[in-house]
Amino acid sequence: MSEVPISWFLMLSAVIFALGVAGFLFRRNIITVFMSIELMLNGVNLSFVTFSYQLKQVNGHLFTFFVMVVAAAEAAVGLAIILTVFKNRSTLDIDDIDSMKN
Amino acid sequence: MDLILFLIFAIIAVVSAVNVVVQTHPISSAVSLIGVMGSLAVLYLLLGAEFIAAAQVIVYAGAVMVLFIFVILLLNAGAETKRGRSFMVQLLGVPLLIALLGLLAFFVERLFPRGVSVRFGGFTGGTAQSVGKALFTTYLLPFEVTSLLILIAILGAIVLARKELD
Repeated sequence: MSEVPISWFLMLSAVIFALGVAGFLFRRNIITVFMSIELMLNGVNLSFVTFSYQLKQVNGHLFTFFVMVVAAAEAAVGLAIILTVFKNRSTLDIDDIDSMKN
Repeated sequence: MDLILFLIFAIIAVVSAVNVVVQTHPISSAVSLIGVMGSLAVLYLLLGAEFIAAAQVIVYAGAVMVLFIFVILLLNAGAETKRGRSFMVQLLGVPLLIALLGLLAFFVERLFPRGVSVRFGGFTGGTAQSVGKALFTTYLLPFEVTSLLILIAILGAIVLARKELD
């Protein structure tokens, strides 16, 4: 047996997405939280490409392409925000960035 | 052969993804994330998505992660400080996460019968030619809007990260 069941790809994408959720919720470093978001986007991209294979259409690849472009833009803006936050508060711990809490 | 390749790179992807979450130092997480993205690029090739695999390596593993690593180096981000978690997190965090994964796995299993399987070369519509044709005909408007989005993102990044001159 040399063929891979298509559900394995989707299962892998679900595992990567769940790990991204775990990193997003459990980690305190703002950069690691941001990287967990990228991990979630990668998991979703894998399922888009898998659906594209299953339906024999190219549309899923286009969605993945747009996700990549938006992720690149998001990384640029998000890292600029992180730089500004660090400049103002000299911390990367998200528990210390709580000025909207009160 | 396809199965062996899938298993190797799926295991690399999962191990690196776990490493992203458990490493305390952000630079270790970033390098592990590059591992995830590289192995996902191989899986995209297996699914016939040549253009997306190349874009994954160039855009994600190249540009985005270099940006991340530059910021980590620039801020001299050290290891995360250990701190006690709240009681609810300790009690419910992992079970809820397993519930999420179980729910996703349940729907995948229910919605996708075992008949369909992937082999290399089973779908050849993912070349740069066919992606480009779809991009400049059906998806022309989203593509142009994307260029506007990137322009706004560049301006926003410059405005946010510039030094105050006055």
